[in-house]
Amino acid sequence: MSEAVSALQGAVSEGFARVKETGLRGMITLRCDLASGALAKALKAVLGAKVPGQRRIVDGAGGRVAWMSPDELLILCAHDRAQAMVGELAAALGREHALVVNVSDARAVFAVSGTGAREVLAKLAPVDLSDEAFQPGEIRRTRLAQVPAAFWINQDGRFEIVCFRSVAQYVFDILKVSAEPGGEIGVLT
Amino acid sequence: MLILECPYCGVTAEETELHAEGEAHLKRFGPGSDDAAFEGYLFMRENPKGVHFERWRHSNGCGKFFHAARCTMTLQVFGTYPAQTLEPPQDIRDRISAVYPGWRWRDFA
Amino acid sequence: MSTRLAKGGAYLNRQKQVRFSFNGKQFTGYEGDTLASALLANDQVMMGRSFKYHRPRGVVASGAEEPNALVNLGQGGKFEPNQRATTTEVFDGLACTSQNHWPSLEFDIGVVNNYAARFLPAGFYYKTFMAPRAAWKHVFEPIVRQSAGLGKVPRDRDADRYEHFYAFYDVVVIGGGSAGLQAALAAGSAGAKVLAMEQTAHLGGRARIDGGEIDGMPVEAWVAGAAEKLAAMPNVTLRRRMMGAGVYDHGYVLGYERVTDHAPETAGPRHRLWRIRAKQIVTATGAIERPLSFAGNDVPGVMLAGAVRDYVTGWGVSPGDRTVVVTNNDDAYRTAIALKGAGLDVPVILDARGAGGGALAEEARALGIRIENGKGIAKVRGGKRVTGVAICTQAGEGSVLEEIACDAVAMSGGWSPVVHLWSHCGGKLIWDEAQAHFRPDPARAPTSHDGKPFVIPAGSANGPLDLAGVIADAHAAGLAAARAVGCAPLDCPLPEVAPQPEAALEPVWLMPQGAGPKLRMKAWLDYQNDVKVSDVRLAAQEGYESVEHTKRYTTLGMATDQGKLSNINGLATLAGQLNAPIPAVGTTTFRPPYTPISFGAIAGEARDAVFQPLRRTPIHDWHEAQGAFFEPVGHWRRPYCFPREGESHAAAVKREILQTRNSVGLLDASTLGKIIVKGPDAGRFMDMLYTNMMSTLKPGKCRYGLMCSENGFLIDDGVVARIDEETFLCHTTTGGAERIHGWMEDWLQCEWWDWNVYTANVTEQFAQIAIVGPNARKVLQKLGGMDVGKEALAFMEWKDGRLGEFDARAYRISFSGELSYEIAVPASQGRAFWDALLTAGEEYGIAPYGTEALHVMRAEKGFIMIGDETDGTVIPQDLGLNWAISKKKEDFLGKRAQERRHMSDPDRWKLVGLDTLDGSVIPDGAYAIAAGENANGQRNTQGRVTSTYYSPTLDRGIAMGLVHRGPERMGEVIEFNKVDGGTVMARIVDPVFFDKDGEKQNV
Repeated sequence: MSEAVSALQGAVSEGFARVKETGLRGMITLRCDLASGALAKALKAVLGAKVPGQRRIVDGAGGRVAWMSPDELLILCAHDRAQAMVGELAAALGREHALVVNVSDARAVFAVSGTGAREVLAKLAPVDLSDEAFQPGEIRRTRLAQVPAAFWINQDGRFEIVCFRSVAQYVFDILKVSAEPGGEIGVLT
Repeated sequence: MLILECPYCGVTAEETELHAEGEAHLKRFGPGSDDAAFEGYLFMRENPKGVHFERWRHSNGCGKFFHAARCTMTLQVFGTYPAQTLEPPQDIRDRISAVYPGWRWRDFA
Repeated sequence: MSTRLAKGGAYLNRQKQVRFSFNGKQFTGYEGDTLASALLANDQVMMGRSFKYHRPRGVVASGAEEPNALVNLGQGGKFEPNQRATTTEVFDGLACTSQNHWPSLEFDIGVVNNYAARFLPAGFYYKTFMAPRAAWKHVFEPIVRQSAGLGKVPRDRDADRYEHFYAFYDVVVIGGGSAGLQAALAAGSAGAKVLAMEQTAHLGGRARIDGGEIDGMPVEAWVAGAAEKLAAMPNVTLRRRMMGAGVYDHGYVLGYERVTDHAPETAGPRHRLWRIRAKQIVTATGAIERPLSFAGNDVPGVMLAGAVRDYVTGWGVSPGDRTVVVTNNDDAYRTAIALKGAGLDVPVILDARGAGGGALAEEARALGIRIENGKGIAKVRGGKRVTGVAICTQAGEGSVLEEIACDAVAMSGGWSPVVHLWSHCGGKLIWDEAQAHFRPDPARAPTSHDGKPFVIPAGSANGPLDLAGVIADAHAAGLAAARAVGCAPLDCPLPEVAPQPEAALEPVWLMPQGAGPKLRMKAWLDYQNDVKVSDVRLAAQEGYESVEHTKRYTTLGMATDQGKLSNINGLATLAGQLNAPIPAVGTTTFRPPYTPISFGAIAGEARDAVFQPLRRTPIHDWHEAQGAFFEPVGHWRRPYCFPREGESHAAAVKREILQTRNSVGLLDASTLGKIIVKGPDAGRFMDMLYTNMMSTLKPGKCRYGLMCSENGFLIDDGVVARIDEETFLCHTTTGGAERIHGWMEDWLQCEWWDWNVYTANVTEQFAQIAIVGPNARKVLQKLGGMDVGKEALAFMEWKDGRLGEFDARAYRISFSGELSYEIAVPASQGRAFWDALLTAGEEYGIAPYGTEALHVMRAEKGFIMIGDETDGTVIPQDLGLNWAISKKKEDFLGKRAQERRHMSDPDRWKLVGLDTLDGSVIPDGAYAIAAGENANGQRNTQGRVTSTYYSPTLDRGIAMGLVHRGPERMGEVIEFNKVDGGTVMARIVDPVFFDKDGEKQNV
């Protein structure tokens, strides 16, 4: 097996917040009726996770499950697990009308950490990122400057951002410039 | 710059997350339809100063198409609702009536 | 002489001196100075020249409304023209130059315009440059261009960085004067999430200068206390050096924060544009003083009374030893009192009101200042500097009663609320007769998405001009804003302010009221654009009755200050001339931004490498390292060709084609769209999307398909692979992936929502590489793995398997006419797979080819390209693609449209090949000319070229084009125009130039 590489191979930038491309992540797009019993069973069996509610991201033993739209989930897992998991999920869903597809390599993932992380994101996304408005457990699909992206915040205050692989360099660059020293605003902590 | 609530993901999105997708509630006329019906479907559009029904897509978001009822003059938004419907829901019509009694838009009132 | 006072200056830090230069001369100032105050402190009263007449001009105001004191600021990458000296904080090393003069500020050639002023009245340009027609290009335009414009155009790249910031608040308070502070206190105490912003570096606004008491303490102390209280509230953010630039629909506010303008050496962005959503907006934007219209009111040294007070009290600057005060209201007496208090002389206060002033006048009189009621200024003496004034009775025509020597004049025509932000989004105004100003009409506020008002004016921006009234109004505004966002107002007491009654203002629109033409020609309304009372009167006489027309005809209010000083005086003058009440004449439209904001701030981070997103394939870095010449395809960058050392692009393309046709070439096709369509109704859906029958495609097979819009026009094409019974994979064009995916979702979500079909755009999951040429199979066989033999993987088939170390999906498809495979591997291994192919193909001289070689090879085969052969008006039938349009299907997108009469008209232009008789290449986009001319006198046409190339394979020019009844005219020779004016003859031929029978791809 040839070695798989992520778009930016772990690039890091240190500003008033730290920006890091976090390497390859397994990702599966699952489109299905989110209310279906077959889906709930399949997620439980394969991931040990529940079907997330609107705009929620939940944890399971085998990965995380994020709500993307009323008929779409994004499953995050280890990169080398994704292809097999697609098969397992498809099998578990049986005859349920669903689309399960590996999109791991179509994406890039970034982490932004540090006290200014919220402000770095708030320079790029038209989203209320204040503490009272955005909390762990929510996934937000929006745009970062000129490209679509999705992000959530972890309990430790670290953001994870998913975008398309082809624009990984662009997203890294805009995160980097937004985190440049001297750009602290001091209103979102 | 408008803000509209996406009825699918519940996000109150500003216009830069959205994409305008033209007039709502068009009825498709395919093969076999007469010229006038087809022309109406393909080309004839409302251009009201006032109540209007539009399609929007949450393109930088959940990707879903939805409908919005708003006033093109005051930019008041009477409501947004899913695309899987052939007519505006009654509660939105009532809200419009409260502001513009006797309003009409195509066949809706 | 204007000079620095020994004491005073509330804004100054006298401990810290700064050095700066103006027109190359070195000056010193203090930290806290604006450029204007520091220049005045150095007796530099003249700061620029006017736009049209090049008249000497000094600073007239002390804030954002300043029309005269504009400078070219900074050098090199930090150069910026038209910066107001009044809003520029000085810093060590600041360098600026004055504008609009040549060769120097003191001696300026352009001032001849001033002496010719009588020949340059309103509308001069419109009237003058009409004839002769040829003169415009050769005489008028060069001269106008030479003398037009304020300041210099920056020549270097902007060296600073900028950013945006998205912020969300319950209440945004614009203005950090006493009103803004009180409104923020009221709203903040009620628990609302508040952002308050002040455009200057100082809080407290006019109140700090004018003094008085709030809650029993001096204003200065109250302001400091309010700032402290606000800072202690976790729900309140207070930013200085941030201007409310604009108010827009649905509570959108732009905040323009000048982060490092005052300290350019600090790290950080220069400007930050806050893109704010506010539920409620409080506009505590204050008021702007109006000049008085008397002859010579633009001579350097004539200033607004409030500005004079600002310079004396705020910046410790004396504008002159002897200052004459002229007014129509009580407020200007404060200036006289302040000047006196600073030890300066006020020879006289000219009060245009017959009855004079109230308590403040008494105070001034008690200080021994001479006051003349019912008097005004007939004329200001002096050219580059005030030397005196001639006094007259306001009621008369300007007979001089007395000459008084002075070196400064402080004028006040009353105060107008800053209603800009209230008006930006549709707030309406009412005319306040008593104050002679427009103020917000509370009954007609701008409304938001819920149909409810979302802007609340506060303080003097709402009309009240006295401190007690301002504080009470702002308090109510803050509470109202809090209530509107659902906060229950807590116990926030209204501060106590003792009322200071003032005598009524009397409107004065011309001084003296009966001033004749000679005086009116020197009475300025718009300083920056040189519009005088006489110009507006002339416009009215010539029939310009609408204020919007008059504005454009005279250019009143059209300069960079957007008429902040001239607006009311101008329309009052117009109203007077039209004999109409002022409210009937109305105002011009207030548009954002409030003052000009930098382009950098608008662009934010979008510059240089991140000006726009560039999409890169997994193999992009390799292309770059090879020195590929890229071309944009959508946001992608694709290699156009791979020139080698010393090789031209044309030579590289030729080499790449010959290498591919003769041996094997490699194309990075990763950008091609790949969309999965899956579900029990997928076949039915595919039949609607494509003009072909797709539901009959067998798993394991590929089919080329066309998509049309509902208007019947071709919008995309590509190869469809059937993966299994329920699943299709649709290839789209590079630029079409997102659009076509959206198109599919549109139909599934909005029309056929009961069909069981899901789609997913998996374009970027795969790196896709085309291996093309007679040796393509050998290269793959060298990698080992799946059988890619003639039978095992026949033309238009696909299969999954291993190739070397890679999981791969191989499609046997061809866009070049060669034996060709497109191999998809996971993107994370795309680069490794590319490298493996290069190694495997080494013995065949394998080389990458770019998009140009791709284009040429497909054209040699007569394959169409979306965007070349199509332009949004072309149907598949025009391109001879009838074979790809199902006749069995009852319906597909575009079918009804293609049934229209015009679509089957035999006179349509249709695709043919074009073979030049001399073997040359027809120019891109050339038209085939026909006999005669059309109704516009243009040559008739009968076709146009859609693709044209030099074909290395055939060693001559080849082209495709759409030609009137083309396919019926095989062999006919038609004539195409060339760029140089000549023509080229071409024979109509079959569009397939190479390997008509497809022998090369079917091996």
